Amino acid sequence: MSAVVIDGVWKFYGDFPALRDIQLAADPGACLALIGRNGAGKTTLLRIVAGFSRPGRGKIKIFGTEPREAETRRKMGFIGHGISVYDELSAFENLKLFGKLYGLSDPRKSALEWLERTGLERVRDGLVREFSRGMRQRLAVARAFLHEPSLLLLDEPFTALDDRAIAVLQRLLREALAAGKTIVMSTHQLREALELASHVALLNRGHVAFHGPCTPEMVADPGYVYARYGES
Amino acid sequence: MNFFRQVFVIAVKDLRAEIRTKEAINASFAFALVILLLFSFAFDPEAETTREISGGLLWIVFAFAGTLVLNRSFARELPNDCLDALVAAPISGAALYLGKAIANYVLVLAMELVSLPVFSIFNNVTRPVGQQIWPILLVMALGTWGLTVIGTIFSALTVNIRLREVMLPMLTYPILVPALMGAMLMTSSLVMGKPLAGDNLTWLKMLIGFDLIYTAASLALVEIVLVG
Repeated sequence: MSAVVIDGVWKFYGDFPALRDIQLAADPGACLALIGRNGAGKTTLLRIVAGFSRPGRGKIKIFGTEPREAETRRKMGFIGHGISVYDELSAFENLKLFGKLYGLSDPRKSALEWLERTGLERVRDGLVREFSRGMRQRLAVARAFLHEPSLLLLDEPFTALDDRAIAVLQRLLREALAAGKTIVMSTHQLREALELASHVALLNRGHVAFHGPCTPEMVADPGYVYARYGES
Repeated sequence: MNFFRQVFVIAVKDLRAEIRTKEAINASFAFALVILLLFSFAFDPEAETTREISGGLLWIVFAFAGTLVLNRSFARELPNDCLDALVAAPISGAALYLGKAIANYVLVLAMELVSLPVFSIFNNVTRPVGQQIWPILLVMALGTWGLTVIGTIFSALTVNIRLREVMLPMLTYPILVPALMGAMLMTSSLVMGKPLAGDNLTWLKMLIGFDLIYTAASLALVEIVLVG
């Protein structure tokens, strides 16, 4: 069974089709990099896969089930443009909150474990609003990985990360792939993404211009896919 | 995690965030106290007519000051895109909505419980309010739940629009008219020393019905409001 199946998905904003008949799939253990210029539809597609909005036409299946089912969401981790943690709560309170919402057996223990894995254990009781940008980003990574999701949906995960946060995220993503988890990420940072990706999909004005395995040529020259399949 | 545990977790999170920032509650308390003070100058505290319109004065304060709390309910989730994390979590939209509604209810009710004695003193109705305190608190509890369920669902609906502070009252108040009418008339009647019987009982039943219908409708519709 595929981890993610995107079957004939369209999305309209008014009359404008932001996504046009998207057909994509990712098997368990695969890392699919969604690339494309600004406005190509990467974020729209990821948000539909994550269940934040519904497609105008077509279907999404996550491990064979609908994205909005609670059991499906329990298997998904999402990192979007925002860090999705509360400034008014401490790092520990944030992770404990999401641990409870995901129904973890011991939210406190999981929160402490992920604070340690992201190097935030010394500031566990500090309010997030007092954190540096890099610390906030590492907390966002901890929040997304906290419930050990089988599918990670990452919307431009490397954008605006500091070096340490990039290193933490890349290590965690490699460990996730080694553990057989599936990653779908949209990105403009082609070099970092293609080092991890097993497959690449190029979106162009809302439709899939290319979808296939990530080849050595792509890793060697991140502009290769754009040059060969993208708009001139 | 069961539904009610999820509701509790969301409510506690919202209350903790509000207690730390005091964004909504400070504005709401300050607004309520200023309006009560102005009303006390506008109307003669000795006049019998002041008692007759006391319910209207009180509920105008509750409705307007309450909206300041309700406006922050889902807007609180906008910084850092926290709403995405809540929508992505394996909890139902109904649990998220009910948790937020309960947190709002506690905050609005706290504002009202401070405003009521201030109103009583400013308008010289301390004795009648004291004599009818339990029926008045019952009306406040039911009226406030109506205000909260309507305000919370429209807070979710307007969270992503630019003029949400304007849109929320424009959407909320027209729907609230039956509940506000009932709460106003009952409060005035109770302050004038009438018992919770006869017409008051009819209004009370209407208020309970209003609360039940709009709570059920909001719980049924919130998933569509959040995800489309």
